[in-house]
Amino acid sequence: MSAVSAGLRSSRRRGVWAGRLFMAFLLLSLAIGFATLLTLVVQVVFKGVEWVDLVLLLEPPSADPQIAGARPAILATIYLGVLLLALTVPLGVGTAIYLEEYANRNRWYNRLLEINIQNLAAVPSIVYGILGLAFLVRGLGLGRVLLAGAMILTLLVLPTVIIAAREAIRAVPDSIRQGAYALGATRWQVVWRQVLPAAVPGIATGSILALSRALGETAPLLLVGALTYVSFNPTLLGDFTALPVQIYQWVARPQPEFRDTLAASGIIVLLVILLAMNALAIWLRNRYERRW
Amino acid sequence: MVTVPESQTVPVTLPGVNVDAVAERGRPLPARELREVVFDVQGLGVSYSGNMALQDVSLEVYRNFVTAFIGPSGCGKSTFIRCFNHMNALIPGARIHGRILYHEQDLYGTDVDPVEVRKRIGMVFQKPNPFPKSIYDNVAFGPRVLGMTDGLDERVERALHQAALWDEVKDRLKASALGLSGGQQQRLCIARCLAVEPEVILMDEPASALDPIATTRIEDLMHELKRDYTIIVVTHNMQQAARVADMTAFFSVTRGGEGQRTGILIEYDATDKIFTQPSDKRTEDYVTGRFG
Amino acid sequence: MATGEATAADQRIALRAPRRRWGEDVIKGALALCALLSVATTIGIVAALFLPAFEFFEEISIVDFITGTNWAPLFAPSSFGVLPLVAGTLLVTAIACAVCMPFGLGAAIYLSEYARARTRKSVKPALEVLAGIPTVVYGYFALTFVGPRLQDLGLPVGVFSALSAGLVMGVMLIPTVASVSEDAMSAVPRDLRDGAYALGSTRLQVATRIVVPAAVSGIIASYVLAISRAVGETMIVLIAAGGQPNLAWNPLEAVQTMTAFVAATGQGDTPTGSIEYKTIFAVGATLFVMTFVMNLLSIRLVRRFREVYE
Ligand SMILES: Nc1ncnc2c1ncn2[C@@H]1O[C@H](COP(=O)(O)OP(=O)(O)OP(=O)(O)O)[C@@H](O)[C@H]1O
Ligand SMILES: [Mg+2]
Repeated sequence: MSAVSAGLRSSRRRGVWAGRLFMAFLLLSLAIGFATLLTLVVQVVFKGVEWVDLVLLLEPPSADPQIAGARPAILATIYLGVLLLALTVPLGVGTAIYLEEYANRNRWYNRLLEINIQNLAAVPSIVYGILGLAFLVRGLGLGRVLLAGAMILTLLVLPTVIIAAREAIRAVPDSIRQGAYALGATRWQVVWRQVLPAAVPGIATGSILALSRALGETAPLLLVGALTYVSFNPTLLGDFTALPVQIYQWVARPQPEFRDTLAASGIIVLLVILLAMNALAIWLRNRYERRW
Repeated sequence: MVTVPESQTVPVTLPGVNVDAVAERGRPLPARELREVVFDVQGLGVSYSGNMALQDVSLEVYRNFVTAFIGPSGCGKSTFIRCFNHMNALIPGARIHGRILYHEQDLYGTDVDPVEVRKRIGMVFQKPNPFPKSIYDNVAFGPRVLGMTDGLDERVERALHQAALWDEVKDRLKASALGLSGGQQQRLCIARCLAVEPEVILMDEPASALDPIATTRIEDLMHELKRDYTIIVVTHNMQQAARVADMTAFFSVTRGGEGQRTGILIEYDATDKIFTQPSDKRTEDYVTGRFG
Repeated sequence: MATGEATAADQRIALRAPRRRWGEDVIKGALALCALLSVATTIGIVAALFLPAFEFFEEISIVDFITGTNWAPLFAPSSFGVLPLVAGTLLVTAIACAVCMPFGLGAAIYLSEYARARTRKSVKPALEVLAGIPTVVYGYFALTFVGPRLQDLGLPVGVFSALSAGLVMGVMLIPTVASVSEDAMSAVPRDLRDGAYALGSTRLQVATRIVVPAAVSGIIASYVLAISRAVGETMIVLIAAGGQPNLAWNPLEAVQTMTAFVAATGQGDTPTGSIEYKTIFAVGATLFVMTFVMNLLSIRLVRRFREVYE
């Protein structure tokens, strides 16, 4: 009797300890991520906040860190954002509509199309850079211009936008489509007047999030030729440098003023831009989210 | 084709059926020669990806009649009613065999345009499915997509009157339709369908998601509407069929070889006949509640 | 009613469209064109990588390329053995995986099995923030913070090391592993868990003996995806891992990865058609093939668990 209960107790104690250890491991798993995030932000702010000033925002880069700014890079990043929005949203939403509302899923080519898009979403960004280098910069002879950068970032985020838009479109209940078709609406009328208006919040949220990812991209722009030193404001068909590229250039320098301080202040500006976009996306989602 | 004998009411009371309701429906059925055939269904079958869901259905639907389809769940009532306005065409893998003549024209002939069909043959669904728009825009949607925008306001008002909804919503036409009660939403869906002035209204269990009072209102409405429209209604509620329908078709399921379930038409006759003196044992079992 | 006074029988009702709806066809065509752009992208990538890569292999034997242990394309005499780059890539990837696989899975288990709905709702997006930080920022962090801290710990690391790049990359990939794994675990039916709890299992036992095995294909998918991301990641290694091709398999040393080589070489003004220029594509093609295989694998695996439980 007592042996049995002792056995019970001891196994139970072991179980309790195993449970606690496991729980500790799980919490550690989460903590690592958050601790890193916190350290990173503190580190960046600590090092760079002093140099976030009008010089940084309004001056061109310079060999003298005291007067070096990131105006051309910040402007180019804004231009890239606008171009990306104008290019990815129509193309991405168009593709999503085709796949969700028009394509017959039983056809092999439509299934292939889906797999192709999923796969493209996971292709390393540097590969897109190579594509841009080979076709746009050298092949088409476009040169290392802002437009080439925008086009390559468009191809890069398109799969993400498509996937987000498809989810938003799929979230529109089928009963809405059925109701509209039953009234004699054509396919496009159903899409344009019912499905899209209902899916707009989801599409907007997903697109902004995807866009913020794209604006943080550096590697493909390096290949498409964002330049080391651009002191003038960017134009569509001119040389350019984007904010992440500018940060990279500073990080890659040996002098601590550039490598630690100026880079950190550039990062602050970049993170603020991306944070604002993310906040906008989250606000949109909460404001317009519809539960069917 | 199932032959339709003259309606002959022999007052045999079967348990489970409210004969008062049958009497309440009033109006004697016109003689067969005097009925105008709207749909002539000949050997209709439907398969989903090769599985026959419905087989060899033949019957006639008459003008200004309420025709009810009853039968156990899964016997293909919804499948059948969706054939009348090409809604099955929206389901990938659905195939239609046999013919439906609509005023002597093949509904599935080459060149038949689903939009033209749905313009004349409206549909109300089981769950109210108002569009996430204003009440006015819901009713105006059909006329707008069909280009009937002259006198739109009057058209909307007329439809809402016909659907017995005008008094309840006339002060909030611009309010969202999603704010209406379930019963109001369903009447809105009926109004939406009436706004394009169809000849036929298909209703797939229009009251099954509603409370008894809202149900009564829908049934009253069907009485009203049959003066001007031809109505086909699917229902699970036999009292309802007995109350509203002039003709009733009873469907059931046969189990084929590999456990495949296929819906078939058992009996089609005047409602009084179906409920008081069915000629098939299976119908009797069903209407008296001895079956599923 | 719509048919008016005349009896409908003698009045043919037009069921044919009054006119062809060209607009509908045009729109469908335009949408299909949008969709085709993604096909064109794939074809473009394959062509952009492999055509120059083939030219490269006309000059350099593919065997030497794959088995060579010395990567020195820009020196004379040049040497094109890709193994040092592959080794650098795999080393950094291994370090990253050592971080993201256990901790990503841990985070997933916590979110799916332990966290309350409300906690999950706030923790998940917060974790996603990690994945939204630009990689150039992680590179900065690895170079200016993690590297020096490793030195503080007494490790003999230089300014650049595979270790600091790999560790940071690993943390960056935690949300990737966590979110795909968590999806798979949430798809495991309740009954399975309830059955085990009814038999007196603890949470730990349910999580490790029921849920994880049931979700294993999804977890593997998340791992494969993380490996693919790690192999394809550029900026962290470009900034923090250094630029020396290195076959020593030593995490404390500087290494060059395939991606870092491509980025470093592609930035410059290497003349089109030169052998240096073509190396970008040979290495890029190798990279693409490696990640492509892993991506297809992970897409397959994700499909598998979706099919089982949906
Ligand atoms: N979209 C579809 N794809 C495949 N099979 C379907 C589809 N819709 C219905 N079926 C099948 O066809 C058969 C008939 O279904 P249907 O919905 O017409 O029955 P029902 O009589 O309306 O049933 P209920 O009374 O439950 O509404 C069922 O076996 C069903 O599984
Ligand atoms: Mg049904």
